[in-house]
Amino acid sequence: MAHGGGGGSVGFFQEDEILGKAYDARLMRRLLGYLRPYRGLVIVALVILLGLSVSDVAPPIIAKFIVDTAIAPAVSHEIPAHEGFARLGPLALVYVAVLLVSSGFRYAQNMLASYVGQNAMYDLRVGLFAHLEGLSLSFFDRNPVGRLMTRITNDIDALTDMVTQGVVAIFGDVVVIVVIAIVLAILDWRLALVTYAAVPILIAMTMYFRRMMRESFRAIRIRLARVNAYLNENISGMAILQLFTREQRSFKDFDALNTDLLNANQGGIRAMALFIPSVQFTRAGTSAALFIAAGYWILGGQMTFGTLFAFWQLVERFFSPIQDLSEKYNIMQAAMASSERVFRLMDTEPTIVDPPHPRELAHVRGEITFENVSFAYNEGDHVLRDVNFKISAAESVAIVGATGAGKTSIISLISRFYDVQKGRILLDGVDLRDLRQQDVRRHVGVVLQDPFIFAGTVASNIRLNNEAISDQQVRSAATFVNADKFIERLPKGYDTVVTERGSTLSVGQKQLLAFARAIAFNPEILLVLDEATSSVDTETEHLIQDALAKLMLGRTSIIIAHRLSTIQNVDRIIVLHKGRVVEMGTHRDLLGQRGVYHRLYELQYRAHEAESPTKSA
Amino acid sequence: MTSTRATFFHYLGQRKLQLVIGIACAAATALASVVPPRFIGAIIDALQNGTTFETVVLLALASVAFSAAEAVFRGIARYLLLNLARQAEYEMRNDLFAHLQKMHLAYFQHQRIGDLMARMTNDLTAVRQMYGPALMQGAFTVMTFVFALLSMLSVSVKLTVIAMILMPLASVAFWWVGRNVHVRFERLQAKFGDLSTKAQENFSGIRVVKAFSQEKPEVRDFARVNRDYVGKAIGLTAMQGLIWPTMSFILGLAVLSVLYIGGQDAIRGELTIGQLIQFVAYLYLLSWPMIAIGWISNMFQAGWASLIRLQEIFNAQPAIEDSIDPVTTPIKGEIEVRGVSFAYGQTIVLHDVSFTVPAGGSLAIVGPTGSGKSTLVNLIPRLFDVQQGEVLIDGINVRRYPLQQLRRAVGYVPQETFLFSVPLRENVAFGLDRELTDSQIDWAGDVSQLNKDVEDFPARYDTMIGERGVTLSGGQKQRTAIARAVAKDPQVLILDDALSAVDTYTEAEILRRLRGVMRERTSIVVAHRISTVKDADEILVLDDGRVAERGTHRDLLEHGGLYAQMYRRQLLEEELEVDEEREEHAKRVKATDDDQPPFGVRPRFGGLETEGS
Repeated sequence: MAHGGGGGSVGFFQEDEILGKAYDARLMRRLLGYLRPYRGLVIVALVILLGLSVSDVAPPIIAKFIVDTAIAPAVSHEIPAHEGFARLGPLALVYVAVLLVSSGFRYAQNMLASYVGQNAMYDLRVGLFAHLEGLSLSFFDRNPVGRLMTRITNDIDALTDMVTQGVVAIFGDVVVIVVIAIVLAILDWRLALVTYAAVPILIAMTMYFRRMMRESFRAIRIRLARVNAYLNENISGMAILQLFTREQRSFKDFDALNTDLLNANQGGIRAMALFIPSVQFTRAGTSAALFIAAGYWILGGQMTFGTLFAFWQLVERFFSPIQDLSEKYNIMQAAMASSERVFRLMDTEPTIVDPPHPRELAHVRGEITFENVSFAYNEGDHVLRDVNFKISAAESVAIVGATGAGKTSIISLISRFYDVQKGRILLDGVDLRDLRQQDVRRHVGVVLQDPFIFAGTVASNIRLNNEAISDQQVRSAATFVNADKFIERLPKGYDTVVTERGSTLSVGQKQLLAFARAIAFNPEILLVLDEATSSVDTETEHLIQDALAKLMLGRTSIIIAHRLSTIQNVDRIIVLHKGRVVEMGTHRDLLGQRGVYHRLYELQYRAHEAESPTKSA
Repeated sequence: MTSTRATFFHYLGQRKLQLVIGIACAAATALASVVPPRFIGAIIDALQNGTTFETVVLLALASVAFSAAEAVFRGIARYLLLNLARQAEYEMRNDLFAHLQKMHLAYFQHQRIGDLMARMTNDLTAVRQMYGPALMQGAFTVMTFVFALLSMLSVSVKLTVIAMILMPLASVAFWWVGRNVHVRFERLQAKFGDLSTKAQENFSGIRVVKAFSQEKPEVRDFARVNRDYVGKAIGLTAMQGLIWPTMSFILGLAVLSVLYIGGQDAIRGELTIGQLIQFVAYLYLLSWPMIAIGWISNMFQAGWASLIRLQEIFNAQPAIEDSIDPVTTPIKGEIEVRGVSFAYGQTIVLHDVSFTVPAGGSLAIVGPTGSGKSTLVNLIPRLFDVQQGEVLIDGINVRRYPLQQLRRAVGYVPQETFLFSVPLRENVAFGLDRELTDSQIDWAGDVSQLNKDVEDFPARYDTMIGERGVTLSGGQKQRTAIARAVAKDPQVLILDDALSAVDTYTEAEILRRLRGVMRERTSIVVAHRISTVKDADEILVLDDGRVAERGTHRDLLEHGGLYAQMYRRQLLEEELEVDEEREEHAKRVKATDDDQPPFGVRPRFGGLETEGS
């Protein structure tokens, strides 16, 4: 069950995401490793960041000079008015220049951070995807698509946020704080001390409320998840709710959860309604203290108005980053949790690997041997037990058996999607495990039960990404398996766009397309899973049967068949029962034995064949 | 049906006093916020003219006093207005849920649960933000703007005009950038969709990918899609990154203009330095409202659009409701279906079906998948209403019984079991207003053969079920559903293919006990297995929505039709012990999908999905 591509909604029902620390040196080092290729740009970004902090602090200081050297002296007639006017002009120009530079720096810094972060995370995402591609099928059995999707989309996005916003902003905030602290001290160390005095108060206050609010948000998150989970469950089960006349009680329960959520929310509002004014008041108090202190020194002739003016503006810019810093905690925390999960996937080793010195297959004849093969998807839960058979080159074999007899496993094992636990499987006398997976799969064509259609065109679904297959070959493959007629009827023929979910193609057409795909790769060995009993119209059914017969000619074919015509046409039938080979022979021989095959035939094939006439009658 | 506007004012008007006081506090906040700059100006002018230190202290303290008042009012306004929104959200959520409870099954099939959930989460949040932050910030912004403007005018009309030429540039710039950011964000989302689709498609089709050695080309393709995504993400930053540099530039320009032109005025003696600085303080005060206007209007727009979507839920009318002239005679349990036809849209599912089950009798329904069996039994507790013909209980049309009474009389076990994530005991007692006594639980558990499984559960019947508790097997779920239906002590019991995951031996045990329980009651059993149905008083064979055959087991075997064919196939299957194989298969499948959506939280409709759809 896939959760779909949607980003955020999945999180609604996660009651309690486990968030650990906001900083983990090991994870951080590994993450920063992804920035290494961009270290030149990172250094440029840091330099710009420094320039930005300086240019950000400059306007209040220029304003100080405007007041101290132009306005104040002119007002107090220390200099003539025209001199005051004359001094205003150049300062104003410098001011505008600084504004432009600082705006430019801010923009450049932002773009650089985004560029580096996005590219680094691009590398990580593609790297993760490539790593997943290399993992064995048993990994995909255990990990549902939805979970993998979350890793490759949401988790990586959280990391991108951290790189582009978190790390840069934290660094930027720290730089700004330091720069302003220094500038303040240079401007006037006594006033600077007054300002610094407010910092511990502000930090203590922020930390106190931050902790309170973290608790509060946690409570809100948990209760919101409960409300939504309850809602989802009850909407999904609404018919049961109504059948069992549970409406009133269920409403009461819901109201209780909803009230809990309201209370938690009100707690959060209360905390914020205290926090924001407190901070504001602290800042105002600091300004007042500044004015009082500055007033004292100005009266004593030891300070200028400009200095007071500069301080008054700088203090605002000094306090903001201090508060911002604490907000970065959440981003960091989410990123650490995400990177933990992503790296855990990255560290998953594939269970099926190529041998260090693979054997080469010069020419494949297509002989397949199972020697004492036992296989289980889960330890101890055997699907195949001591299976022995040999299929000669160019022989066609059908495998039959009841559901769960182990037929599909045989197909998966020959493709080496899994490794056997006991015994061995030989291709032309060579153990599959001594060959490269890619070499095995190049010679083995598979048509799966549920033909999978990739988003793309009809042609791209036949050749997949193999550019070596020409358009001509695509067409002849389609013609060979009787797929050409329906393809040519499609609006854009071979260039018609198809998707897996889009129901442009019928099941039968998809099957024909899968045949064409298999034949375009011209394999020596063909494995066909043909168990589907989906509704296929008679004409297509006929085309499929005909195509199958042609496909089997001249190549080793193993078919898991549901069509009587197919099993009647193969050279040999292998009957599986509870993971063991119980009978082997031709259709006629096996029917004569009146054993398992006979019963299966009665049940699956004859009844199937008989169904259509009864229905139409 | 009410209008969106009426709904908006309904929830806003629930706490009028709170709203009025909140807004008044917002006004007081704005008023208090324009005072401190005045004192700052006064301090500077006093210093300029040579004053005493005491005057400076007094003025500074006065300034702090107003800041304190502002902080207090701001806190109160925040508290009142944001709470108002939370309360409105709470009420709306309750009302929506209560409304959904009245809706009929077809509504949920049509509406999709994911969509309903999106409305009850995302849209509700957007509406709450409109009531809360948007309303509060709107009040702050408007009032601050008005008071700051008045104060500025009182200092210098000329400087005010200059500021009012420059500052709206910030609003315009913010609005323009915001609009473009939105467009680029949509584009980024589209690319994110492509990226997800690509990955999802690859993971879902991993067998094909591997079978054709397509791993490397797939990585290349993924990298290409990812490259597009990164391009769009950087493009978004390129636009978004304009906001703050532009804002700080415009604000800086405004401050400079005031300093430059106001400075000249000061030198000419038309303005004091204190007034100049006071004016700069107003500019800082005004910068936030100028930016916030765009933000607030966006919140209102989004909130209104969401409110319209919620209104659609409120406007949906329940199709299955109580009759105007209800009959409340106690239900005995004689069921008659008379000439019933039923269609889902264009697809006709039942054609002129009729049958009667006397009170205390038993009927079994068999037939191929899609023959209309589930639909037929769904008509009795009125999950759907018939389109043609009648369904009668004790000779009275089911529509005339109050829904409560009708459904209390029917015990229903759906095809797809749906249990709730509550303790097992509560699942069994689901249809009852009271707690079940231990002996009642024990009895229901015995009939459904659940007791021996429960022995192994950590807290027996108090064990939590589902995501945060024990995961039940398919058979255990079905048996819990049977216990749930039996515990209601219903006059009519309906089992819709409810024994499919139970092994044959247990099935026989359950059927034997049910026969005892149901001696006085009516039962209707839908099944695929002959063993389940062979002892029924009458067996109905449905094919393509019509009654193809009817009679007792013996009659039907002699008749040699569909039923007899089914019987023969099942005998063969038994010989092959297919059941055992199935279990083995099921075990394997179960091991691979441990991350299925936890049950109870599954997106599809539990159990009542009709066969035809």
